[in-house]
Amino acid sequence: MKVDEFLYHEARLLDTGQLEAWLELFTEDATYWLPLERNQKDPLETSSIIHDDRTLLGLRVKQARHPRAHARLPLARTVHQVGNIQASEEGTEVHVHSTLQLVEFRNEKQRLYGALVEHRLRRVGGGNAGSFKIAHKRVDLVNSEGELDGIAILF
Amino acid sequence: MAPHELERLATLVRTDRVHRSVYADPAIFDLEMERVFGRAWLVLGHESQVRAPGDYFTTRMGREPVIVIKKEDQTVGVLINRCAHRGSMVCAEGRGNTERFVCPYHGWSYDRGGVLQAVPFASGYDKGKLPAGLKAVPRVKTYRGFIFASLSPQGDDLETFLGPARASFDDFVDRAPGGELEVAGGVFKHAYNGNWKLMLENHLDGAHPAWVHASSVAVARAAPEPGKPGEEHYYDIAVRQMRQNGAPDAVWEAIGMWTTPHGHGYMGDYHDDSRLVAGLGNPVFDEYRKRLIKHVGDKEADRILRVTLWNTIIYPNCSFMSQFRQLRIIHPIAVDRSVVYTYSFRMKDAPAQMFRDTVAFANVVNGTGSWVLTDDLEVYERLQRGLSSGEVDWVYIGRGHGLDVEEPNGVRRGATGTSEIFMRAQFAAWLRYLSQ
Repeated sequence: MKVDEFLYHEARLLDTGQLEAWLELFTEDATYWLPLERNQKDPLETSSIIHDDRTLLGLRVKQARHPRAHARLPLARTVHQVGNIQASEEGTEVHVHSTLQLVEFRNEKQRLYGALVEHRLRRVGGGNAGSFKIAHKRVDLVNSEGELDGIAILF
Repeated sequence: MAPHELERLATLVRTDRVHRSVYADPAIFDLEMERVFGRAWLVLGHESQVRAPGDYFTTRMGREPVIVIKKEDQTVGVLINRCAHRGSMVCAEGRGNTERFVCPYHGWSYDRGGVLQAVPFASGYDKGKLPAGLKAVPRVKTYRGFIFASLSPQGDDLETFLGPARASFDDFVDRAPGGELEVAGGVFKHAYNGNWKLMLENHLDGAHPAWVHASSVAVARAAPEPGKPGEEHYYDIAVRQMRQNGAPDAVWEAIGMWTTPHGHGYMGDYHDDSRLVAGLGNPVFDEYRKRLIKHVGDKEADRILRVTLWNTIIYPNCSFMSQFRQLRIIHPIAVDRSVVYTYSFRMKDAPAQMFRDTVAFANVVNGTGSWVLTDDLEVYERLQRGLSSGEVDWVYIGRGHGLDVEEPNGVRRGATGTSEIFMRAQFAAWLRYLSQ
């Protein structure tokens, strides 16, 4: 699988509600990060909209399936539109920059997000069967410092 | 106010119920902005946000855009962010340091105290008739580093307004070794389509976590176990805190719930996880205790750490957690729209790990993408939609009514921790502000 195909595959899993399969794309040591501040360097001394290790990311997926997950039942419908993909090899990882436009609809509210996205991917398997795992994903929303309604979706 | 108007307002608030229109009627919202937010002391922030002369940040007092600034004389001033000429906001929203405010429209400029300095095309004006400057908010005071202001020149002084709720601010500051706190770690700004009062009511409601937060409690219980000291994981704080929301009913019933005559309220803490509340045996907390003792001595440190408070509400615009160093300010936008700014505080002389815990705690409890907050916001929006229905009039706030316990200094205590006494106190204050 090529990098762009992998990113489209990831987006498709989210947009079709296959959250468990999406979670499987991440390595055990993965981090998933939506910074609060522009150019935020540090997730430990400054708050984040989301900053998860793999365990916490797993809890988000599980929460979405709970019968009393009020903000997630029903799950929002989304379209993740991925673009401007640029990939470069860095050691054992592929470092990918892309842009994301996301449309969310739930409870008669439609919301639009724009974001700069960074993936660090690791190759798994080889040849035609080869794919990637996500070791790090960072999503910088253009309005991360703005007044935001609650965020109960995954980017 | 005309007597018939007063009578009508009084019929909306009864001892054990309120009429739905207090949440849904735009005319009542306008009256609240004029008489509640226009009269009460409002919490605006903390002195650490404006240290040097010229440091400023913008915020709102109800619907009024204001600038909070450190003036030349080292006092804090609050200015209405509106040019005296044609009404533009002179200062873009945000924070920074400035010598002067220059209006973007025609260049009228003002010094740090808001005094008019220069007017382009000045010869066109009768000099004696120019306005003096930006309007200053008439009353500004600090209490232990927290900045308060009131849009009204009259009314109770700050000490009287806070009354026994001062103890919650004392707890916030006393816990910091050397008493030094600073705002740090970013500001969450979250919004919801609901009335401002819904948040203040929710924060003292011990009966809601088992229902609203059922899903985050359940996933946290099923999560991997947090580590022992020295073997901790990044996820521990989030998992521990979410699990605590699932405390048994008996715990919620047993905690204290107090109110004051100005509508403030504070509740005892329900946390029994020693990793979250500075328990013994953790190396980080042992170091923290040492530093606290160094500043105030054994006996006082012991007294400080025995205070166990959860949320405090300062009516009508602030909610904070002294023990967890989180402070939220609510900005009413419309009868059915509110914005909340959430600040974290660093204790300057505490071990660095404690601030990292504060940040992790903020993310899980108060963050815009939190497992916990998002369910609260969903419920506020469902409340607003339900309360907009004209078919049913009353909202019941009668849990524990008739069983309140009188304590000294006008404090009333709920019969149990889940008493709705805090709502009865908030609406008593609400009616007093509106009737003045």
